[in-house]
Amino acid sequence: MLRYILKRLLMVVPVMGVVTVVVFVLSRVGPGDPVTIMLGEFATAEQIARTRTALGLDLPLPAQYFAWLAQTLQGNLGLSLFTRKPVLELIAQSAAPTVLLTLCAMVYAVLVAVPLGVLAAARAGSLVDRAVMAGAVLGFSTPVFVLGYILAYVFGLRLGLLPVQGFPGLEAGPVAVLRALTLPALAIGATFVALIARVTRASMLEVLNEDYIRTARAKGLRRPVVLLVHALKNAAVPVVTMIGIGFGILLSGVVVTESVFAIPGIGRLTVDAIFRRDFPVIQGVVLVMSAVYVLLNLLVDLSYMLFDPRIRY
Amino acid sequence: MVEWLAALRRLARESPTLAVGGGTLLLIAALGLVAPWIAPHDPLAIAPTNSLEPASATHLLGTDQLGRDLFSRILVGTRISILVGAAVAALATIGGLAIGLLAGFVRVLDGPLMRVMDGVMSIPGVLFAIALMAVFRASVETVVIALAIVEIPRVVRLVRSVVLTLRELPFVEGAIVSGATTFGIVRRHILPNTLAPLIVQATYIAASAIIIEAALSFLGAGTPPEVPSWGNIMASGRAFFLIAPMLVLMPGVVLTLTVLAINLVGDGLRDRLDPKLRAALK
Repeated sequence: MLRYILKRLLMVVPVMGVVTVVVFVLSRVGPGDPVTIMLGEFATAEQIARTRTALGLDLPLPAQYFAWLAQTLQGNLGLSLFTRKPVLELIAQSAAPTVLLTLCAMVYAVLVAVPLGVLAAARAGSLVDRAVMAGAVLGFSTPVFVLGYILAYVFGLRLGLLPVQGFPGLEAGPVAVLRALTLPALAIGATFVALIARVTRASMLEVLNEDYIRTARAKGLRRPVVLLVHALKNAAVPVVTMIGIGFGILLSGVVVTESVFAIPGIGRLTVDAIFRRDFPVIQGVVLVMSAVYVLLNLLVDLSYMLFDPRIRY
Repeated sequence: MVEWLAALRRLARESPTLAVGGGTLLLIAALGLVAPWIAPHDPLAIAPTNSLEPASATHLLGTDQLGRDLFSRILVGTRISILVGAAVAALATIGGLAIGLLAGFVRVLDGPLMRVMDGVMSIPGVLFAIALMAVFRASVETVVIALAIVEIPRVVRLVRSVVLTLRELPFVEGAIVSGATTFGIVRRHILPNTLAPLIVQATYIAASAIIIEAALSFLGAGTPPEVPSWGNIMASGRAFFLIAPMLVLMPGVVLTLTVLAINLVGDGLRDRLDPKLRAALK
């Protein structure tokens, strides 16, 4: 098992290698020479040359990449061109709302989607099943920012139940924070609900055909017990895999939704960076978010053995 | 003509999702195509005295903060979404097919190519597109290229898995033994068998590309403001959401309807072309 964990950890290296190369290449082909940006328009040729050497920009590209990678691995993601603050610091400062929002969306989505999927599978072909599946197609088709505005319109503007803009900050207490996060989390989670409900249903349908389910029923166990204890646990592997894969959708959704609800998180940081053409910040966000995504999927892979006793590494 | 109608009626009975989705999509695409000629107003014409007017006979959906006719803007914006969806689907499918065939047939390239695809896939889609757009000048072409790059790995994985499965089957082994060239095998055996899943995948890519383009434009990293697109119409109206929510909601609803139509077409095709595909896709 330790061997498997080590092997799986090693598999992260090439994936993150590709991600870092992509981000590095983007940082070098971007418009604007970093030296000119740093020194301003009136720098002399000699100053420019000296700074280039000092920054290692006269080295061949692969050497530049490894120098940049070494810095990155030490947590140095460069300085924001706009605020002159370290990018990692900016990301850390705006992480709290984003992390909370992602967690809320994920928890609610799983809590809603798994029961829906089980229900649809248990009554396959019924009206309930068809309604859940139709809802899933609609969930896939509604862009998160559109759903965000629809929710803000209905629950904020029309019914006046929940705030539609802003984030009170953690010191405002859990109730205020949750109220501010409810609508954005609902919006972000919708696609995720659709995705997971669909996979849960498909996986459950497959498992429900297995012999051990028939045995369990023949033993006289009640249907809910068979469904939830025997079937769901064994149907969990594809569901958990999808939770991992779909996490990328969640991260993309967070970036866009924060903009709809004016939440000062990593999404807002990214959007501000787009307008200021602040490339180091954009690249830093891409790098950090991708790393989070890869690590989460690593955890998902390692969690399989909790669900299916046949899986042993 | 009568035969046509009969065929259509049969399609509607056998796969209603395909018929409803396809019909809606055709209607939207046709409206987009003729939009410049049927739009009641110039979508870019500014009339500050008419700003934020409610819906009326002259302005079916009212006007935005600059007095521009919302209905005309949404109508013309259809073109961008349909264009981006179709172009990205085509580009990603062709690119992904080429890379997928390489990975499936050339063993030494398989590992490296797939690792690159894994890496690209692990960058969240919208963020990757934002990073690509930050580097290039904002235009419709760059949006298409950026989104194609984001979507290509999904096609590569699909094509490669089909090639790997087919390569072991007796009829392909037979073709190899009888001296068929790789090109001949691809053309006669691989391509025909890849076509069905590819078409279905292409519809899902079109849907996803339309959503990401709208998201990019909404965030200010997509199509430039002088080209009306559903995303940037929403972006320009968002500051007025509290007083004129329709500026944001209307383009959003049309966008959702379009994506829904494409997804229905995809689901309908998937079920019609091959029921076994259900598991392989999505």
